[in-house]
Amino acid sequence: MSFINYSSREINCKIVYYGPGLCGKTTNLQFIYNKTNPDLKGKMISLATETERTLFFDFLPLALGQIRGFKTRFHLYTVPGQVFYDASRKLILKGVDGVVFVADSQIERMEANLESLDNLKLNLAEQGYELDKTPYIVQYNKRDLPNAAPLDEIRKLLNPTGVPDFEACATVGTGVFETLKAVARAVLSDLKQMSK
Amino acid sequence: MNDTQLVMYDEDYRKILAVIQQLVRDANAKGIFVVDRNGQLIGEAGEMRGIDTTSLASLTAGCIAATGGLAKIVGEEEFPIHFHQGQRDNLHITLVAHRIILVVVFDDRSSLGLVRLRVKKAGSELAKIFEHIQKRSEQANAGGGGDAPFSEITDEDIDNLFSM
Repeated sequence: MSFINYSSREINCKIVYYGPGLCGKTTNLQFIYNKTNPDLKGKMISLATETERTLFFDFLPLALGQIRGFKTRFHLYTVPGQVFYDASRKLILKGVDGVVFVADSQIERMEANLESLDNLKLNLAEQGYELDKTPYIVQYNKRDLPNAAPLDEIRKLLNPTGVPDFEACATVGTGVFETLKAVARAVLSDLKQMSK
Repeated sequence: MNDTQLVMYDEDYRKILAVIQQLVRDANAKGIFVVDRNGQLIGEAGEMRGIDTTSLASLTAGCIAATGGLAKIVGEEEFPIHFHQGQRDNLHITLVAHRIILVVVFDDRSSLGLVRLRVKKAGSELAKIFEHIQKRSEQANAGGGGDAPFSEITDEDIDNLFSM
């Protein structure tokens, strides 16, 4: 849940990048880290295995600017995508303000995408959240690969409720900032609704 | 779950700061950090200025979350006290009121026994402050959000954030 600090006039929000193993969650964060002005970002932390698979989480603090005299800070986290790290995923979802689901567009990864999406819903429900009521964005990553599934098909499978979604190629940055902006916008709009 | 939005006012911050500044002196600590369980830094005191406190907060929360998960596996509710011993500096981490993490960094000018003793008292003082903050947040939530700064923002304000 967001943390509003009147003393330092800051608002902190937590965004989690979710998705199956090797879908490009860490690559999204790395691209954001590499392309962001050093004044606006903190250190990126990756708790990864020796083979650079995410073991616990990646973390990137980002300052977006001021809104009504309050500094807005977003803490971006990724979860470990591999199925057997479910206990860690549950921990990272605690206190989440917004979720990005990074899907792997390759046809052969559709089952893994669906499994991860079900897992997200289940783990959110365990924390007392509903995906439909949580600020939520879908990103179809790896659109550049020859075996990418047609957009209509993947959309029908992974985004039946029609939340904002983006095509991406995170290695070169296509769609990465669009996704980030959309989730930040969704989180802030949600805060606004909650305040009313 | 304690999952209401955390809203901290200046008076809360000053109370928290007074407790941890006192704890720095009482425990002969190098540095003290108060971290929200979700990984946000709430306050700091002591001589450790300039270190990466954002990362410290996030990793501390991750550490508490991971050991909390371990506790449940072995049938404990929580492991509320952690101690990490280094060559020069040591970390004493305590979970306060199930929501706030108190991190004390100390070296050989202090001792684990002294830190434990002083943290106990400071922890209960912090618990009272955060119970008050929690109750106020719950009341504000029940009343529809109170005077949060976001009630007045416009779509244009949000757009302006991204015009960089």
